[in-house]
Amino acid sequence: MIRSVNPARRRVGRWIGPALVLLTLASILCAVLLGPARVPLRSAVGALFGVESFLDSPVHRTIVRQLRLPRALLGLLVGASLAVSGVAMQGLFRNPLASPYVLGIASGASTGAAFIILFSASALLLPFGAFVGSAAAVSIVYLLARGRDRRTSIFTLILAGVAVGAFFAAITSFLIYLGSDGEKLSDVLFWMMGGLGRARWPSLALLAAVVLPGIGAVFFFARDLNALSLGEEGARHVGVNPDALYRWLLLLTTLLTAAAVAIAGTIGFIGLVVPHVMRLLVGPDHRRLLPFAALAGGCFLVLSDIAARLLLAPAELPVGVITAFLGAPFFLYLLKTRGAKL
Amino acid sequence: MRLELENVCYSYTPARLALQDVDLALSNGESVALIGPNGSGKSTLLGLASGVLPPNRGAIRVDGRSIASFSPRQIARRLAMVTQERPMGFDFTVREVVAMGRIPHSARFARESRRDRVAITHAMDLADVRALGNRSIRAVSGGERQRVYLAMALAQEPEILLLDEPTTHLDLRHQVQFMSIVTAQVKSGTSAFVAIHDLTLAAQACNRIALLCEGRIVALGTAGDVLTRAHIESVFGVRVIIDTHRDLDAPFVLPTLSQDTASSDQAHAVDRT
Repeated sequence: MIRSVNPARRRVGRWIGPALVLLTLASILCAVLLGPARVPLRSAVGALFGVESFLDSPVHRTIVRQLRLPRALLGLLVGASLAVSGVAMQGLFRNPLASPYVLGIASGASTGAAFIILFSASALLLPFGAFVGSAAAVSIVYLLARGRDRRTSIFTLILAGVAVGAFFAAITSFLIYLGSDGEKLSDVLFWMMGGLGRARWPSLALLAAVVLPGIGAVFFFARDLNALSLGEEGARHVGVNPDALYRWLLLLTTLLTAAAVAIAGTIGFIGLVVPHVMRLLVGPDHRRLLPFAALAGGCFLVLSDIAARLLLAPAELPVGVITAFLGAPFFLYLLKTRGAKL
Repeated sequence: MRLELENVCYSYTPARLALQDVDLALSNGESVALIGPNGSGKSTLLGLASGVLPPNRGAIRVDGRSIASFSPRQIARRLAMVTQERPMGFDFTVREVVAMGRIPHSARFARESRRDRVAITHAMDLADVRALGNRSIRAVSGGERQRVYLAMALAQEPEILLLDEPTTHLDLRHQVQFMSIVTAQVKSGTSAFVAIHDLTLAAQACNRIALLCEGRIVALGTAGDVLTRAHIESVFGVRVIIDTHRDLDAPFVLPTLSQDTASSDQAHAVDRT
């Protein structure tokens, strides 16, 4: 029997690009329109493009420009960073079950964030603490996995990631145990579930300055990731040095993930499911997969955030709850139906 | 293109030399089979020849220039490798895999050039995988997959092919098919090192044979020189029948299970070889 490549890939190939761009724009518009306070379309457009005559009320301008737009853009950046990191990690490990968090980034970030929330007066230090925590966790993992011959062992990397992740999780639990202020404890938990509530223009600009060049740099290695799917030896035989690739991509994915997590908390499943779904749709060629995954990750997070704001309005769910709620069953569905091809 | 190994030593662990004082040269358009038991150093030799392993001692030269002075990319334009089995993590199509052979020739973000397309199509034709182009590399049979990797190596347009037991997991038909493609390539000017376990196939497919034992080359020459009972029985430690057939240019080697049969045929076989 002739089994050709997944037929969805051929059907979808041509229109997926334009469709994703349209979906991205539509999701931003929805994010601006929808929320506890009703903003009519005409007024929202007026606020977005600075047409005073369209505005029903000056409050709409504040809601759209200072709250909802930065929040939607933060969703795009964070979603894109996590999805791109996920693609890179799955490519590096040559395993579709890898995610941006396999090296202990999420646990390290949680420890840093918990420490700042519980023991520091200034909430402004929170992203800083989370970033330092993730960087510390990944550095330890990398140093552990680096052999005496200066070659990186991918298996040691995974195992060290699991162990270091567990270690940092234990520190976080200990910090939470020490913390006595109930409100601060719920802040820690809320942070760990992830959310886009801290979207402000300055932090958004800072994140964009880190993440956009970072995503571009990952694209630079797209073809090397293709070569790496031939195995380390196979990559060497077409002139690609896998050690340099490991070094660069671990650095870049750490930067992307840590920056995203520092502002938005540890949002789960985007880095696992989005790369996966996009690989089914556009194929494993990283030169196509990376940009499409970036767009899809951004859209998915913006749409999940809309759901997080609306479901229990005016209360707000942590967006990580939504992504896991949608992502986990979908992932299981994929596992059951396409298990052999994963 | 000439590939020379001069006085090469290599060890994975300080305790044991995997390769010891190896002198071997591959001239233009020549194929040399590397035979020997498991662990005798065949794969190590290919690793050194491909520039992936740096020798502890001795020199490896490509056209007189040290292989260490080439970048990995420059090496990949001249040498291509096919190994026994390659893991494939993702669902690439056969054509996408063959196209990876063009990586050392093209710029990072370049679209496939006309030159690339011609090389890919030609390689797929040579390896007889053109019809499989749209199929998933994970959905083709073992014999087909090895031909796909051969096509990928040929798309690199190498002057030297390094083949590390490429036919080990293939059935008889696919072994013969694979090696015929290789010999055709050698006839058209490509050189090849072929590590292989099938001595008879080695004898027929290659111009010369190097017999390795415990990291040393213990015999080097034509199939007639190397495939003798004395050599094979001392290196592999089994009884063999070596004989010729009027349809074959080279001797054939038959391992025997029964010690008695081997010894009773001894005189007969020695006469013929």
